[in-house]
Amino acid sequence: MKFTVESNVLVESVNWVSRSLSSRPIMTALLGIVIDVSNEVTLSASDLETAAKSSFNADIKEKGKVLVPGRLLAEIARSLPNKPVAFVLDNNRVLVTAGTAKFTLPTLPINEYPNLPTMPENSGFIASDVFATAINQVAIAAGKDDSLPTLTGIHVDINKETITLAATDRYRLAVREIQWQPNNLDIATSALLRARTLADAAKSLVGITQVSLAVAPITATERLVGFASEAKTMTSRMLDGTFPPYRHLLPSESIAQATIEVSTFLDSVRRVALVTDKTVPLRLRFADSKLQLEAGAGEEAQATEELSIIYNGEAIDIAFNPTFLMDGLHAVGTPFVHIAFTGSNKPAVLSGKNEKDGPTADNYRYLLMPMRYAS
Amino acid sequence: MEINQALPTILHVDMDAFYASVAELDNPQYKGKPLVVGAGARSVVLSANYAARKFGIRAAMPVGRAQRMAPHAIFLAPDHKRYSEISERIMEIFSKYTPLVEPISLDEAFLDVSGSEKLFGTGREIAIAIRKEIETQEGITCSVGIATSKFIAKLASSRCKPNGMLEIAHDRVLSFLHPLPVSEIWGVGPKTNEELLRLGLRSVADIANTPRQTLIRALGEATGSALYELAWGRDYRDVITDEPEKSISAAETFAYDLENEEEILREYLRLCEKATSRMRARNLRAKTISIKVRFADFKTISRSKTFSLAINGTQETFAVVKQLYKALDIGGARLRLVGVGLENLVESEGVAHQPLLGEREIGWAEAEAAVDKASARFGSGSIRPARLVESESTPSSEQETN
Repeated sequence: MKFTVESNVLVESVNWVSRSLSSRPIMTALLGIVIDVSNEVTLSASDLETAAKSSFNADIKEKGKVLVPGRLLAEIARSLPNKPVAFVLDNNRVLVTAGTAKFTLPTLPINEYPNLPTMPENSGFIASDVFATAINQVAIAAGKDDSLPTLTGIHVDINKETITLAATDRYRLAVREIQWQPNNLDIATSALLRARTLADAAKSLVGITQVSLAVAPITATERLVGFASEAKTMTSRMLDGTFPPYRHLLPSESIAQATIEVSTFLDSVRRVALVTDKTVPLRLRFADSKLQLEAGAGEEAQATEELSIIYNGEAIDIAFNPTFLMDGLHAVGTPFVHIAFTGSNKPAVLSGKNEKDGPTADNYRYLLMPMRYAS
Repeated sequence: MEINQALPTILHVDMDAFYASVAELDNPQYKGKPLVVGAGARSVVLSANYAARKFGIRAAMPVGRAQRMAPHAIFLAPDHKRYSEISERIMEIFSKYTPLVEPISLDEAFLDVSGSEKLFGTGREIAIAIRKEIETQEGITCSVGIATSKFIAKLASSRCKPNGMLEIAHDRVLSFLHPLPVSEIWGVGPKTNEELLRLGLRSVADIANTPRQTLIRALGEATGSALYELAWGRDYRDVITDEPEKSISAAETFAYDLENEEEILREYLRLCEKATSRMRARNLRAKTISIKVRFADFKTISRSKTFSLAINGTQETFAVVKQLYKALDIGGARLRLVGVGLENLVESEGVAHQPLLGEREIGWAEAEAAVDKASARFGSGSIRPARLVESESTPSSEQETN
């Protein structure tokens, strides 16, 4: 094996595949990145749940296939000078040279490396920035408790030209609808994917215009979803289990509505929440174009603050977990937030608004259950 | 003698066959006859009077077996309400002599009377007065151990039962302690006992004469050094009154091992109900929920889960317990005991909880508050979860610990 490649091409490729490297794999071979040199160079890595591949053109002198320590390769690639990088297999070691820098990497036994799943057939295309934003907007509501695995996932529901992403930890629910171009206009399928995996993938979508989505049919032996853009691909196994039905939780009516500037609201929430720990409720009183924020009680530290807002409806007192509220305010991604209330002890719905008097964006909803005081 | 003056005087008061004595008291016709508390062939012996103990009947033994050992013995059902009433009055008697009372259970307490000697006399005199007062007022007897540490006081009371009193002066501690078998030492269970016998250590003196390092190597740091200290009679634990409740637990030992998951979960639900209602009565909430499982071979495992928000509901707690149990993945294993623990307790006052999306406004919390009220009025068990209603509850000896 012998080839030379530009360092920026190498770095991009290594970064993509190293996301699938596992730090504590069940077999040591999975600590490695496969370098497969044929007509082009293909890097691949896997933690068995996900598998990533990336190919690039290089000045190839000699074909070959080796397995090298993944983390080490990633670190070396990132620290190389901006010069062409040469890879040469010398007996059981790989020599990496760039300018004056020289490294020697040991190789791992490649025959122990598992076969990686093949990409399912392409199902359609999504604008990558839209997809990345949508993933980030829902991933925050996903559960972090691995003992409830279905709730650690993002539910991806594909219906014709609409994809609905949803995640919930049972206290809040985030739902985002996006449009895409399916190959088959009658497509109707769904998948449950680990939120962490998707959020990681979203980070790598920066600088790419379009991503193709490949969902293995329900009848496939291996339930996989694949993402591909240019020469990069990633497959992820779907989570087992049934995502809880959630559409009935989304209220169709509200008794009061508020419009608030997100940045000032966030600053106030952050300040008022200072006096308590993250799980103690932040009490809000909405009335007459005013929002009062309050936290702490009795002999503990207390804080209050008041904001001018746009408000329609009867006065309402409601308490939220401040972290959950801040998550929602960050996620709407617009200068203004619209909050629709259904009652003091019933879920409130946050959605985005670009202008104070403009329409409410209905493609993203963050449903948040208020906290209740022990009676 | 200078040192001795700085030493505390500790009493360990232990009621004699408490449940059985109360039963004799309430049924004078049975006095002196073998009497066992614990009725129903499939439950276990909770307490046996001394006449019954002559036949080899011991607490925690299946009632069926006890019946075969003494077919003519009288078997009575327990009356927990009565035991708590009497226990409360006995604790009140203790508190007349010293404010430093540490109740261990309904029928047992440590008293630090060091500061009471000027008022009421020596430890021995106080013990005599307490024993007399309990017998006159309640008609039942107790045994008292008097010593300069909790460890020795408890050992002493167990060596003078029933209806006795034993004082171990500080300079007699080692001559009292060293001839005893190792199993008498606090914390030496069957497993440690076996380990010690394997090392050829039979008496407390054997332990005392073994280098501390050897014990630590054989038994681990904690057990090894604790045993060595106790073998020399060194126990500096104070009598702690009014210890803030750190945890509430409820456990159930089955008379016959359970293996059916449905049945086991039903027991867990019952224990959750019991433990959480006690917690609600004290206006507390738990951040940590734990479960305990003891297999037929006595192997015991426990698992716990901690939340940032404290909970107090029966159903909420049961959901966690069920999840912890299912995660053990021991379906079909035979269990002799299951337990539920509520730890990391916080005051309920002003505590908010985070309900689930779609949770009804009048939900379990309100239903459970209503059940607690009904139980307070009509007795516990007057309202219970439907899945606990149908079946007779499983034969059991119940343990409650704080």
